Amino acid sequence: MNILALFIIIPILTIIGILSTKDHRGTRIVSAIGMGLQLITSVVLIYMFYAERNAGNHADMLFMVDYMWFESLNIHYLVGVDGISVAMIALTSVVTFAGVFASWEVKDLPREFFISLIVLATGVFGFFISLDLFTMFLFYEVAVIPMYLLIGLWGSGPKEYSAMKLTLMLMGGSALLLVGLFGIYFNSAPNGGQLTFNILEISKITIPMEAQRFFFPFTFIGFGILGALFPFHTWSPDGHASAPTAVSMLHAGVLMKLGGYGCFRVAMFLMPGAAHELAWIFIILTAISVVYGAFGAIWQKDLKYINAYSSVSHCGLVLFALLMMNETAMDGAIIQMISHGLMTALFFALIGMIYGRTHTRMINEMGGLMKIMPFLAVCYVIAGLASLGLPGLSGFVAEMTIFVGAFQHPDTFHRVVTILACSSIVVTAVYILRVVGVLLFGPVRNDEFLKLTDAKWFEKVSTVTLILAVAFIGIVPIWLSDLIRLSLKPILDQLSSF
Amino acid sequence: MNLDQFLIMRHELLLIGVVLLLLIAEVFSKSEKKHFMIPFAIILFLLYTIVGFLPAKTGVLFGGMYQTSELVILFKNILNVAVFIILLQSASWLRKDINHERISEFYIILLSSLIGMNFMISAGDFLMFYLGLETATIPLTALAAFDKYKNKSAEAGIKFILSSALSSGILLFGLSILYGTTGSIYFTEVAEKLVASPLLVLGFIFFVSGMSFKISLVPFHFWTADVYEGAPVNVTSFLSVVSKGAAAFIFMVILFTVFKSLSNMWGDVLYLLSILTMTIGNLFAMRQKNMKRFLAFSSIAQAGFILLGIMGASELGMTSVVYFVLVYVFSNLAAFGVVSVISDKTGLESMDDYNGMYRTNPKLSLIMMLALFSLAGIPPVAGFFGKFFLFTSAASKGYYWLVLIAVLNATISLYYYLLVVKAMFINKNDTPIAKFKSTFTDRLALIICVAGIFAIGFASPIYELIRSLSFGF
Repeated sequence: MNILALFIIIPILTIIGILSTKDHRGTRIVSAIGMGLQLITSVVLIYMFYAERNAGNHADMLFMVDYMWFESLNIHYLVGVDGISVAMIALTSVVTFAGVFASWEVKDLPREFFISLIVLATGVFGFFISLDLFTMFLFYEVAVIPMYLLIGLWGSGPKEYSAMKLTLMLMGGSALLLVGLFGIYFNSAPNGGQLTFNILEISKITIPMEAQRFFFPFTFIGFGILGALFPFHTWSPDGHASAPTAVSMLHAGVLMKLGGYGCFRVAMFLMPGAAHELAWIFIILTAISVVYGAFGAIWQKDLKYINAYSSVSHCGLVLFALLMMNETAMDGAIIQMISHGLMTALFFALIGMIYGRTHTRMINEMGGLMKIMPFLAVCYVIAGLASLGLPGLSGFVAEMTIFVGAFQHPDTFHRVVTILACSSIVVTAVYILRVVGVLLFGPVRNDEFLKLTDAKWFEKVSTVTLILAVAFIGIVPIWLSDLIRLSLKPILDQLSSF
Repeated sequence: MNLDQFLIMRHELLLIGVVLLLLIAEVFSKSEKKHFMIPFAIILFLLYTIVGFLPAKTGVLFGGMYQTSELVILFKNILNVAVFIILLQSASWLRKDINHERISEFYIILLSSLIGMNFMISAGDFLMFYLGLETATIPLTALAAFDKYKNKSAEAGIKFILSSALSSGILLFGLSILYGTTGSIYFTEVAEKLVASPLLVLGFIFFVSGMSFKISLVPFHFWTADVYEGAPVNVTSFLSVVSKGAAAFIFMVILFTVFKSLSNMWGDVLYLLSILTMTIGNLFAMRQKNMKRFLAFSSIAQAGFILLGIMGASELGMTSVVYFVLVYVFSNLAAFGVVSVISDKTGLESMDDYNGMYRTNPKLSLIMMLALFSLAGIPPVAGFFGKFFLFTSAASKGYYWLVLIAVLNATISLYYYLLVVKAMFINKNDTPIAKFKSTFTDRLALIICVAGIFAIGFASPIYELIRSLSFGF
C-alpha cells in the first residue's frame, strides 16, 4: 500500500477507535496512540523520501497514486509529495501530536473534541498530499469546518461570535478560491482536449494571459485569507483568542500554512504570468500585514491576542517572501512556515497551560511566574527567543533567509518594502521581551498564584516535542533546506519562464 | 396499439394499481383497526419502488403525448425513493389517534399526487404536461389542509389552492399563446416552429412565471413559507422535495427541448431569477425561528442553486441538476425527518427549543448537523459534490460572476445552518428536549437518509450513470 494513504486511513481508524471507547481516559489514549502513529509514519515518510532521492529518483513528485474519480469531469483522486509537502506533513504530525497532549484534560465531551480535532488534521494532511485541485479543495473545506464546533463548544470568551466570524470568513475565502479553481479548470486546455484539475498537467500548459489576470487575484486572495492576508486577517485574532489550546495550536501552527502553501502551489505555480504582473499589489498588502501585525501585538494585553497578531505578522512574512519569487526568499518562506508553525504551536500550548492555572491571560495581572512554574516559564522564554529570531533557533534561519532573498531585488520598490518589513524584527523583539519581562520576572502579583504547580507529564510531552523540533531546525537548517530546495526548482522554473 | 406497449407506462400503471389496492383495503378494513393500513401501504409502496428499478422499456405513447426515456425513469425512481422515505417518516404521525380515521386518505391522496408528477415528467406535449401538473397539485391542497383542526393548516390549504390556481392560469395563458404562435402543443413540433416573435416571447414569459410559482422562485415565492409552515411536517417535506424536484426537472427538460433556440434569452432570465432567489431566500431564512419556515426559506434558496445547473444548458448541466436533486432528496428529508420526529414527540418546532439538544439526543443532533452541512455544501457529505457540479455547470458557460455570487450565497446559507448547529451543540438550556426513543420507522428513514448523504457524494458511478443518460445542446 502507498504510504500516503496512511495519512488518511490512520485518522479515520483513530476516529473509529475513539467512537468505541467508553470514557475520557480511553478517548485520550486512543487519540494519543493514533497521532503517535501518525508522527512515526511521517518520520518514515521523510526517510523513504530521502531514500528515493538518493536512489536517483528526481521526479517532481514521489509516491504518486492516481485513481479516476469522476471520469466525465476528469476529476482524479491524485496524491503525491515533494520535499515541501513532506516538510509540511511532518509539521502537521508534530503539532497534532503535541495538540493531543495539550488537551489531555478536556473534560466536556472529550470524545467529540478529539474527533473534531482529528477530522481537522485529516483535512490538513489531505490538503498537503493532493495534486488534484478538486481533491485539494475538498480537503481544504474539511479542514475548515470542524473549527466552528471546536471554537464554539470548547472555546472561551466571546466564542460563538469568534467561531462564526472565523468560519464565515474562511468560507468566503473558499468562495473566491472556488471561482479561481473553475477559472483554472476551464482554461486548462486552451488548445482543445481534455480539461483537467491535475496541477502537474496544468503547469505544463500556459493559461491564456487574459484568464490569468482575472483569476489570479481570486485564487491568491482565496488562499491568502487563510494565510491572514491584510485586510482579510480579522478572523485570526478573534478566532485564536477564543479557541481552546489545541485548536489555536493547530490553527496558527498548521491551518494558516494551508494558505501560504496554496498560494505558491496553485496560484503562483499555475499562473506565473499574472503572478509577476500583480505581485506588487500583494507585496504591499503583505508588507502591511507584517508591520501591522507586529505593531498590533504591542498594544495587546491578552497573551493570546499578542500571539494572534504576531501570527498575522509572521504569516504575512511567508506570503511576502513567496512573492519575492527568487530561490533564497522562497526557501526562507518555507522554512518560516515550518518554524512559525512549531513556535506558535509552542506559544499557544504554553499560554493554554498558564491560563489553565492562573485563569487569566492578561499579562498585567500576572508576574513572577518563573518562580512558581519554572518549567513552563523556561519554555516560554525559548519560544519567545525563537520568535524574535535568536540564532540557534528556527526563527533566525527563516527570517535571515527571507530578508537576504528579498534584498536581492535591485529595484527601489522591493528594497523599500523589504526595509519596512525588516522593521518588524525590532518590533517583535519589543513585544516578546515585554511579555517575558512582565509575565515571568518581577514580583508575584497575586498570592493565590503561589499555590500553583508546574507542568504535568503530559504537558511536558507536548512542549518538549515542539521545543526539540524548533531547536532541530535551528541547529541543522541545512537539512530542511535540502529537503526544500530541489522541490522549489519546478516552481522557480515556472516563475522565471515569464 | 397492443397491450405490450402499456408496459412503457409501467410506473404510472403500477402506481394506480397501488392506489386502487389501498382503496379496496380501506373499504374492507375494520374501522378500529385502521392502523394496519400503515405497514400495508409502506410495504406495497416498497414493492412498487423495487419494481421501478427493474429494467424498463422506453418509448412514446399516444402519438407523442407521453414519452419516457432512461433518464425520466431514473428520475421517477428518485422520486419514489423520496416518497418511500416520507411514508416511513409519516408513520408515527399517522399512528396518532387524531389521524386514525384518515390514514388511508393520506396515502391515497399522496400517491395520487405522485401519479400526477409521474405523468408530468414524462409528458411529450403541453396538454399532458398540464394535466399531470394539475393532477399533482390538487391533491396537495388537500394534504396541506390535512391537520383540519389547526387553523394554520386550513390556511395553508387555501393559500396553496389560490396561488396554484393563479399560477396555473398564468401558465395556461402562456401555453395557449405558444399554441397560437406555433400551431402545435407537441414539444418537438413547437421546438421546430419556434421563431422569436414578440407574442411568443410573451408566451414564454408567462410560461416561466407559471413554473416559477411551482418551483417557488423569487419573486413568485410568497405562498411558500406560509404553506410550508401550516402544513403537517411530512406534507411539507413532500412539497419541498418531491414536488419541487419534479417541477424543476420538467422545467429543465422543456427549456432544453422546446425553447432550445431561445437559450440566450432564458439564460438571461434565469441569471436574474437565480440571483434573486438565492439572495432573498437566504436573507429571509436567516431570520426564521420556526424550523419549518426556516427549511422553507432554505429550500427556496436551494431552488436558486438548481437554476445554475439549468443555465449550463448542456449535458453537464442536466447531470448536475438531476444529481443535485438526488442529493437534495436525502439531505432535506434527513433534516425534515428530525424536525418531524421532534415535532411528533414533543410538539416543539422552534429553533430555541433545540437548544442543548445534543446532550440529550446526540444521534438526532448529529443527523441534523450532517443534513444541514449537506444542504450548505460542506464536504465530505454529498451536498458538497452536488453544489460543486452545479457551479461547474454555470462556470462552463463562463458565468464566473454568477458562480461567485452563488458561492457567497452558499456561505450565507452556512451562517443560518450553523445557527441550528449552534443551538443544538453550543447553546445552554436548563430544560432541553427530553431524551426519547424514536420508533422503528423513523429510525429506518433517517438511516436511509444518512447512508444516502454519505454514499452518494463519493460514489462517482451514480454521477456517471446520470451523465450517460443526460442530454444537452
